[in-house]
This record gives sequence, structure tokens and C-alpha cells, in this order.
Amino acid sequence: MKPKRRRLTFVLIGMGLLGAAAALVLAAFRDSIVFFYSPTEILAKALPAEQRIRVGGLVEEGSLEKVAGGTVRFKITDLAETIPVTYTGILPDLFREGQGVVAQGRFQEGVLKADEVLAKHDENYMPPEVADALKKSGQWEHMKDAMEGAGQIPKGAAK
Amino acid sequence: MIVEIGHFALILALVVAFAQGTVPLIGAHRGDALWMAAARPAALTQAVLVAMAFGALMHAYVTSDFSVLNVINNSHSTKPLIYKISGVWGNHEGSMLLWVLILAVFGAAVAVFGRHLPPGLSARALSVQALIAFGFLLFILFTSNPFERVALAPADGRDLNPLLQDPGLAFHPPFLYLGYVGFSVAFSFAIAALLEGRVDAAWARWVRPWTLAAWTFLTAGIGLGSWWAYYELGWGGWWYWDPVENASFMPWLAGTALLHSAVVVEKRDTLKGWTIFLAIVAFSLSLLGTFLVRSGVLTSVHAFAVDPARGVFILVLLLVAIGGSFALFAWRGPALMPGGLFRPVSREGALLLNNLLLATATAVILLGTLYPLFIDAVGGAKVSVGPPFFDSVFVPLMVPLVAALAVGPLLPWKRGDLAGALGRLKLAFVLAAAAVVGIWFVFDRGSVLAVLGLGLAAWLAVGVVVEIAGRIHLLGIAPVASLRRLLGLPRAAWGMTLAHFGLAVLVAGVTASSAWKVEKIQTMRPGDTVEVAGYTYRFEGARDVQGPNYAATRGRFTVTRDGEPFVVLEPEKRLYPVQQMPTTEAAIRSTFLGDLYAVIGDAEGNEGGFVTRLYFNPLVPWIWAGILLMVAGGVASLSDRRHRVGAPGRRPLTTEAASAKA
Repeated sequence: MKPKRRRLTFVLIGMGLLGAAAALVLAAFRDSIVFFYSPTEILAKALPAEQRIRVGGLVEEGSLEKVAGGTVRFKITDLAETIPVTYTGILPDLFREGQGVVAQGRFQEGVLKADEVLAKHDENYMPPEVADALKKSGQWEHMKDAMEGAGQIPKGAAK
Repeated sequence: MIVEIGHFALILALVVAFAQGTVPLIGAHRGDALWMAAARPAALTQAVLVAMAFGALMHAYVTSDFSVLNVINNSHSTKPLIYKISGVWGNHEGSMLLWVLILAVFGAAVAVFGRHLPPGLSARALSVQALIAFGFLLFILFTSNPFERVALAPADGRDLNPLLQDPGLAFHPPFLYLGYVGFSVAFSFAIAALLEGRVDAAWARWVRPWTLAAWTFLTAGIGLGSWWAYYELGWGGWWYWDPVENASFMPWLAGTALLHSAVVVEKRDTLKGWTIFLAIVAFSLSLLGTFLVRSGVLTSVHAFAVDPARGVFILVLLLVAIGGSFALFAWRGPALMPGGLFRPVSREGALLLNNLLLATATAVILLGTLYPLFIDAVGGAKVSVGPPFFDSVFVPLMVPLVAALAVGPLLPWKRGDLAGALGRLKLAFVLAAAAVVGIWFVFDRGSVLAVLGLGLAAWLAVGVVVEIAGRIHLLGIAPVASLRRLLGLPRAAWGMTLAHFGLAVLVAGVTASSAWKVEKIQTMRPGDTVEVAGYTYRFEGARDVQGPNYAATRGRFTVTRDGEPFVVLEPEKRLYPVQQMPTTEAAIRSTFLGDLYAVIGDAEGNEGGFVTRLYFNPLVPWIWAGILLMVAGGVASLSDRRHRVGAPGRRPLTTEAASAKA
């Protein structure tokens, strides 16, 4: 093969790979991107029941109850609206009432059936999505004061 | 006093780094030997100063000096000594100091081992190294000073995040940083080569050992992090495609590509521009990883603090370093002389295919990692890109890579004979097919893809053995002569064999653990039994135990198999009182075919019942074995005489390269 043809071969292989990668990415994006909503947004929108979503907010005080077989029920609130959640499995170590949480699953018949529950990783931290959800619901200001007082978020971290 | 000395040493290091980053560079430009000669002593001085600063901080931690803010926030007097030491880098400020320390030590190592480098290249590379250090020292001194004192020292500290109080995690950051920062040497040499306008086989020879060392450390660091996630988070998984995991995985992929393309530059003097590009990309991804992990844009255990000033500073640093180096590449890259030609089917062609696949995989992971940040930044919706995305794009790219990996090493340089190579792999094909059929019948609930994945692993493993058998003329000559050849093989050949075989073992482990994992979640009262993958777990109850700085509930399972006692598993749920934080300690018993994995959750009911989570994770030990083999391969290659970091001069090397080709 002439050098030019050879180079062309490599370029074509490279382009083919890029094309394949682009197709893979597009197909995967369509199926696997998960959107995040606050409880207020969920109730305002009619979401298809098969769509996987993430919901973030605070675990409502006194809402946690254990059902048999390791299933738990609790409610996520952005202090304006509240969404009931069911989940089977061991909750994260830092899952507590009154604190920030993100749950992922499908919203069906008014209940979020979660297959994944994420809590914050340490004492000084609140998931940014939860902070945003609270900001949107207009409850952030007085949450922030309460949490700074309790040492739950570092001073000045909240804007 | 010691703390102030540390702070002062850090400021001096900044000044030295500035001098080292400018004087030799100007000297190299003007051809002034005296100015260029300043680089080496400056690099050594800078390393000593940063080491003093790091030592001072470590002293404050070990002696629990609670007049230092950083120690208050991350240490406690009752903490075991090892975690007092690891606490130094278990926080933002200390980890950045560790970063700079490793950078300075690599610079000093280049100065010491690179005595025979051409003075211009050495001076420029050390200058670039110092400029990176200058940026990070500025960052530490202005936004993240670890030596800040408080007026009134409290009686005790706030303790280290208990999740980080773990032997696996104590050494995960240093290894990871040795990998991340190790790519800075390849980067500095790439920039120096662009400034010189010259890349040749000798350049690749100097860069390869550094890249190999960085790659080996990064492999070990990622392995440690994954192992930690596996046993500490208690979810039975070892990889979550979490953005912080991706942040370390992307430089690894790019570094793996660089490792292979540098071979082509060394042996065949071609793919030079591409190799320079990869060197820049690998370190840029390391910087990006540092930014993603440290700036608090991601939700993770690594995001120590959410301080916008720091994020902006790192972002600017990132733009200057990455933007500057790519601009330089665009300007000077085309001037690099193209080298030898080769056919698509050849060793070079195979290595190029490896590079294209690895680069594409890096790009799609980068896309998936940054996409949510990008959408958020432009004010769009909040989205998350999770494991399904990465699985469905990464796996299809890795399948051809692993399939071709068995063939590539059998192809000669310049022009290869595909049919001949495949002919030698007949045995591999037959054994892989036999493995597929065998596994299909053993696991009757097997998924087709998983069985094919195991077949692919078998194909690669046998292919690696075929390659080394060919090198020693096994079966062709007398067994003793074969053995002598085997012992006489260069260590680099052993390195490649070990690493490739390790990948085969890793692929088998990854495939089996994701396809045939068994998970059972239930409430168990004392005396209850549950069967998981042929093992019967009997819950004996739980009791309270007291650790050095935590209190724990320890459950007890007696596991039997076919009525015979097998093992007793004692998982714990710990509470660290200082931070009021619980952690999960899974109990794991590894067997050749998989891990028995037990986790205890919260108490339920009044009869001593607990939520329990029991897993059987097939072939997970193979994952760790595969990673260890890859690390061993890196170490073996590094110990090869030809890969010594203290490479001799340009001339003898090229003649040696010529003779090695014969």
C-alpha cells in the first residue's frame, strides 16, 4: 500500500470508531440519564410511571416506619410538599430523620418506589441537590440558619 | 515552633519553585549552560523544603497539637497512631500538601536520575515540573493553608471521618497521588520536547520508565480504593462508576494508552505527535480529577469542603495548564518529524488500535462524568448519569480491545501476518470455546453475555501463554533449553505477560461478579437460617463490643455447607461517638470461587431481630488478584535493565535499540 492509502486506512478506522462511540453514547444517554426533581416539582408534573427519577429533600421527622422483611417507608419533604417513599434494603449509615437524602426509583401511584437511597457522606455535608431543592421551595434561608447553628453545614458555605 | 518552620519552608519552596520554573527555561532558550544548571539543585532544594513542611504537619498530627486548626478538624487524641498519620492526608489541606510533596519528589528524582539527559531537555523538563509546583504551592498558601493556628486550643479534636479510618484507605491516597502526579514527569518531558522541537526514540526511552512507574502506582491506588469501597461501604459492590472513581480511571486509561504508544516511539520512531498528545492528556486528566474531587462540585466522601474560592482557583490553574499545553501542542506539534511507516496489520497497528479504543473509552467516560455538571452549569435540569450509561458504552469498547490483545503481541513490527497469528491462537480459541460451553452448563441460569465474557477472558489468558510459549520455543526444543530461555527472558517481557494475564483474570472477575451475584436482604432473629448460593447462614444474635474509639454491635453468623461447619462471620455496625457517625464493617470470607459477604443493619422488633444483608459475590477475589498481577507486571518491567529510570546518554541507547531489534 502507498503511504497515503495507509494513512487513509488509519483515518477511516479512527472515524469508524468515533462514529460507533457516538452511537453508543447517544443510545445510552437516551436510556440511562436520570433527572432530579424536588417533591414540589414531582407533584406539579405528570411523570410517566416507568421513568426513573431522583428525588431529594429532607427526611420528614417522625415519618420513618419499618415494615416486615427489611422494607422501610419514609417521606421526603422540601418543606413545601412531601413525597412518600418505600425502599427495601439497608439504609445508608447516615440516614436520619430531619436530614438530607436523595432517593432514586420510579414514581408510581403517588409513591416513590426507591431502589437506591443516598445520604450524605459525613456530618458536615448536605447533598447539593437537596440544598437546591430547598432553595427552590423557598425554605432554604431558615433551614440554613438552623443547620449552621447545629453545625450540620459549615458556616458561610451556604449562599 | 515546628509548625511555623513548616509554614516558612513551604513559602521558601514557592520562591524556589518560581526560580526553578523560570531561570533554567530562559537558560535553555538562550543556550546558557550556567542558567540551565540551576535546575537540578533547585529541584533538590524544593523537594527538601516541601518535605520539611510535610514533616512539620505530620509532627503536629502525631503529637495531637490542637492549636493547629487542621489538626483540630481532622484528628482526635484517642485515634490509633496509623490514623493520626493518615489523617494528615485525610483532609483537603493535607492532601494538597501531599500532592505537592510527591510532585517535588518526582522532580528531585528526575534531577538525580537524569544526570545523563541532554542539558536542554533536562532543564526544560525540570522547569515545567517547577511551574506546576508553583501553581499548587500558591493554591495551598493562599486558599488552603494547613498550618493555620487558632488562638485558643481546644482540649480535643473533632476526629477524622470514620469512613476514612481504615487501613485500605490510609494508603489509597498516597498511591493514587503517586500515579496522578507521576504522569507530571511524562507531561514535563512532553512540553520540554515540544519546546525543543525534537522527539526521538531516546526521548521515549527516558519517558517510559516514569510513565510505567506512575501507571503502576495508579493501578495500585485505584485497586486499594475499590477494595475499600467493597468491604467498607457494605453494599457488596466494588465499582459504582461514581464521578470520583471515573476521575481516577480516566488518567489510568489515558496512561495505559501512553504506555503503549511510547513503545512504538521507542522501537519504531513513529506516532510521536500522538504520544506527546497522550502525555498531555494523561496529566490533564489527573489535574481534572484533582479538580473534580477537591472542588466540591461532586457529592462524595472526597469532597472535604465546599469552598468556592478553592474551586475557582483550581479551575484557573486547570485552564492555564491544560489550555497552555494544548496551545503549545497545536503550535509546535506539526513540526515533529514523522517517522517510519507500517501496515495496518502489524505490531504498530495493533498498538494503535489499543490506543484508539482506550482513547475512545476515556472520551466517553469524560463525557458521562462531565455531562451532569455541564447541564447544571448552563442552567438546565439536574441529571445524573449512572452505571447503566457507563456499562453500555464502556463494555462494547473493551470487548474488541481484549479480543485483539491476544493477537497483538504475536504480530511482528512493520508488517504482520494476521492469518499466521490467528493460526497460533487455535489452541486459545478451542479452550475459550470449551470454557464457554463448560460454564454454560455449570451455571444453568447464566446470561449469554456473561458466559461470552468469561470466554473472552479465557481467550486472552491462553493467548498470553501462547505468546510466552512461542518466545521460549516450548515443545520445539528440549524442555531444559526452553526453561533456560524462560529464565533468560528480559524482565520487561515478564512484565507484559503478567500485566496482560492479570487483565484476563480481572475480566473474568468483573464479568462473574456482576452477572452471578446473589443478594438476600431480610430480618433475622437469633436461630433463623438463610441459604445463599449453597451456604447456610444461621444468625446467632448480636452483642455490643467496645473498640478503641468506637462502640459496635457485632452480629454472629455460623455458616455451614452441606451440614459441615464452614466459617463464622462477624459483621459489625460501629458508632464513632466523636463525630456521632455510624459505619458498616462487612464480614467477608474469600474462597477461590467467590466471597461470602455478610452485613448487619439496624435492630428490628423486640426479639433480638436485625436487618441482615447476605451476599455471594462470585470471583471477586479474582478482581484483586488481577490488579495485583498488573501491578506485579509494572514492577517487573520497571526492574528491567533497559527501563532503568537513570537512562544513559542518547547515543549508546540508540545503538542498543538497534541491536535489540535484531
